This record gives sequence, structure tokens and C-alpha cells, in this order.
Amino acid sequence: MDKPTIDQVAEAINEKFGDAILSKEQQYDFTVITIDKSILVSLFRFLYDDERFQFRYLTTACGVHTPDQPKPFTMMYQLHSLVFNLRIRFKASTTLNDLQFDSLIPIFSSANWMEREAFDFYGIRFKGHPKMTRILNVEDMDYHPMRKEYPVEDLTRYDKDDTMFGRDRSGYKKLN
Amino acid sequence: MKSKPAIQEDNKQYTTLNLGPTHPATHGIFQNVLTMDGEIIVDSEPTIGYIHRAFEKLAEHKPFYQVTPLTDRLNYCSSPINNMGWHMTVEKLIGAELPKRVEYMRVIIMELARIADHLVCNSVIGVDTGAMTGFLYVFQWREDIYEIYEEICGARLTTNIGRIGGFERDFNETAWRKIKKLVTDLPAGLKEFEKLLVRNRIFMDRTIGCGPISAERALNYSFSGPNLRAAGVDYDVRVMNPYSSYQDFEFEIPIGKNGDTYDRFMVREEEMYQSMSIIRQAMEKIEKLQDKTSFHADIPSFYLPPKEDVYNNMEALIYHFKIVMGETDVPKGEVYHCVEGGNGELGFYLISDGGRQPFRLHFRRPCYIYYQAYREMIKGAFLSDAILTMSSMNVIAGELDA
Repeated sequence: MDKPTIDQVAEAINEKFGDAILSKEQQYDFTVITIDKSILVSLFRFLYDDERFQFRYLTTACGVHTPDQPKPFTMMYQLHSLVFNLRIRFKASTTLNDLQFDSLIPIFSSANWMEREAFDFYGIRFKGHPKMTRILNVEDMDYHPMRKEYPVEDLTRYDKDDTMFGRDRSGYKKLN
Repeated sequence: MKSKPAIQEDNKQYTTLNLGPTHPATHGIFQNVLTMDGEIIVDSEPTIGYIHRAFEKLAEHKPFYQVTPLTDRLNYCSSPINNMGWHMTVEKLIGAELPKRVEYMRVIIMELARIADHLVCNSVIGVDTGAMTGFLYVFQWREDIYEIYEEICGARLTTNIGRIGGFERDFNETAWRKIKKLVTDLPAGLKEFEKLLVRNRIFMDRTIGCGPISAERALNYSFSGPNLRAAGVDYDVRVMNPYSSYQDFEFEIPIGKNGDTYDRFMVREEEMYQSMSIIRQAMEKIEKLQDKTSFHADIPSFYLPPKEDVYNNMEALIYHFKIVMGETDVPKGEVYHCVEGGNGELGFYLISDGGRQPFRLHFRRPCYIYYQAYREMIKGAFLSDAILTMSSMNVIAGELDA
């Protein structure tokens, strides 16, 4: 079978899911497709099963927090088709009030701890996950530390102030 | 394959056994709460995170060049690969082009690190089967590799080797001599080590059929590196997505068949020979190059100038100041770069917002991803086989917990 191009993949997704694709852009050597989170599982199932593409390897998944966006919480997924050596990245965003994605465990067993990590650090919940608990942090922690509002150190310290480097005191916002 | 005793679903009372978190047999801080039926594992529940150090959060508050020491502490058995992977990620982001000589030098360092990593893993499999001798012998070779690191960067375990754009200094004569000596002497040493284990009846009985995983399950668990290749899938980042001029080298990817401990051991053994061949080729290629001196790329706004220039040359002083104070502009964007680490695909997912620090940095740590399968792999096995399975998967606590 011929190796499909990444454009053919995008076209096939477009054909099947239509308006659920929000944007497509090129970031260095990766094509990044932003999708609506409602099609997540059906899209990944389609790419897994389709003989033309065979995206059967979940390279990685992680959460991202961008506080200034209308939908600040994003999940990033990277798929790899080992047969054709194609890599693709998907992103789906959501708001704080609807912080839930569908779990990918039925397709990829490896999604289990990746999703638990995203829950631990960002508080993103996964529907259908068998054990949605913290994984790397202590169980009685009452916040999700990778969110941008949590500074890396105690705010009473001034010796490591980020304002020296053109950012506000929390470290994530540029001043100019 | 060994036949496993059947587990009966009657009114048995199982024993709960706490394996770890600190136990000499676990080679690190791992906890597994095992449900045991006599000596057989019925179920297990891994607890991880004992040495979680919040690297991803810390990295968001450090300039790019200060993230390198964090990567040292991921897989600390092969720190140079982690360092190089991070440098290459930033170089991809800023679009830096490296001279061939630097890329070949990097290949040498990364392959040395791979040998050191595999030496530890394989000799520890020996220790867990009761053969201490091999472990003590091969540590001499690891020591030799650490001496090479020491010649190049001054450190041994957590190396912080190289800089964004190349190396901090050129390899000196002693370093070249030691590398040459290592690749000449090591094959005989490895053969000696193999004589102790490879066809040893006790070792074979203990490892063949111990902790197997099928290719299909391994792929579903996103295995990578030697553990995936032992299951029979020839996925290697060095071949699939060549970086640092790996496409210039001739080498083979050894694969196993059953995905058990013996196959993982044999795949790592063969990889060491392949690594030595790559190092030899790299040295030949460097000899043939016209360029005899360059050890870094020409990117003055990211690569610190030599100290004497900083004191005597206005331009160098400006660049020095700009780099240290984080005044250089970095492009906005997101980049993913992966290298073949000691344990598999080590990826760096970096989002840059144009500032001096990463906006978000995610490490794709192979250990973290494949350790999930441990529970499935030891179900129905003996306790002593579980220990062996863990050491043959080369689960490194630093990489697991980030």
C-alpha cells in the first residue's frame, strides 16, 4: 500500500467528521489539527481502524493550560502510524466548567496513565476511566499544580522574581 | 514458555504483600501492593511518584539553557542522550544548523551513553538471577565511559553535557584516546560477560518465558526502545526519524521474538555491539571531514562566547549579556523532538510563547508509559519473576516520576 500524505489524512478526516475540525496548521514538522472534543474517541477509532492510515500508536498525550484563551484547557494527543511512519498531533480544548474528555483507554491501553497525569496536574477528568485518581502527587493535595495560577514557589519570596525577565510575578504573563 | 499454575476462583484467602517502596530488589523507589496466592501474584497495584520533582513545572520557570540539568535527572543511566535531546529540541525551535562534525560528536556521546545504560540494565538482570560476578566486571567498562564524559564535560553521572548549538569545548586528545580504547577493548569484555550468562542453563531457565508481552499488546501500551524490539517490532527512532545525521550510519536493529526477559537481555546485548560500530564509523567520518575544529554552531545569540572574548570584545560582551539576561528572541510555536533514549522514544514537547522560558514543556518518558504494562505482565507469575521482569524492563525511577 502506498504511503498516504498527511493532507490525505486531513482530507479523510474532513470527509468523515466535517465541521468538527476547527483548524489545521503546520508547526515545524508536525501537522496540528484542532478538533471538537466530542468526536475524540470516534476520530481516533476511525484512524486506528482505517487500513489506509493505521494510526495505532499513541505516542504521547498531555494537558496544556492557556489562561488567556476562551477555552483555556487543552489536551494534546500525538499519534504515530508505524507502518507508514506518519505522525500527527491533535488538540481539543474546553472550559473550566466542562473539564471533561472521553477516555481513550478502549483504544490505547497506554492512555491510562497519560490521562491520570493530566488529571493530577490540570484537573481534567476523563469519562470512562477506571481509576481517576492522582498519580504522581500526594493523594491529599487539594489543587492541580501545573495550572498557571500556581506559582512555582512561595509568592513571599522576592529573590527569584520574574519581573526581572519581563514577566509578571506569577511568571506566566509577559509584561509588555 | 513456562506453564503458569492456574489460579482458582474459590474462597481462598489471599495474602497482601507490600513490595517496596524501598527494597534492594526493586532498584529504585517503586511500590507494588501485591495480592498473592502462595508464591503466585494474583494482582498488583503499582504506586508511583515517590521521587516526583515537578520537572515540567520547574521548566516553565527556567530559561532554556537551565532546563538541561533537569533532563539529566530523568534517565540518569544515560543522561547525555537526554541532554542532547533537549538541545536538539531548542535547536529545532530556533532553526539552528549544526556543522556535521558536531553532529557526529553528538552521535558518539549518545552511543556511549546507550552502552552505559544497557551495561547496567543487563548486568542487573544477572544480579537478580543470582549472578553477581558479571555485574562487578562490567562496571569497569561503565567507569571507562564515565571517564570519557569527565574528559568532555567534567561531570560523570548528571552530565549537563553540551550546550544549545553544540559542545562547550572540543574533545581533547585524552578523550579521543579513551573513546578509541573503549571501542577496541569493550567487545572482548562483553564477550566475556556473555560467556557467563547467555548459554548458562540457570540463567536461561530463569529468564526464558519470564514476563513476556506480545507485539500487539506492547504496541497498544506504546512500548518503545529495546522492550518493544524484544517483542519483535523494529521501531527505532534513529531509523524512522533520523536526527543528528544518523542517516549517515550503517547499523542494524536487533529484534527479539517472544518479548520475554531473555529477549530483552539479548536485544540490549546486540545493541551495544551496534553502538560500538556506530562510534567507530563516526570517528572515521570525523577524520575524513575537512572541518577539524568546529564544535558548535554559529549562533551567537544563543551560544555563549568564550570568556576571553567577553572581556576583550564588545560584541561578545553584548551577546553574553543578552543570553544570560534572556533578551534574545525565540520564535513562537510548538515543537516536538524525539530521540532514541536508553529505554525508547524520549520526546520533548515544547510550547514557546516567545519568552525566555518554555511556556509548556512535556517530557515523553518511555519508562512512564511502558511501566503501565507491568501489572499485566506479572499477573500469574512468581514473585521472583516479577523482580526479574522489572529489572529487565529497565524501569528507572527518575524517568518514571519526572
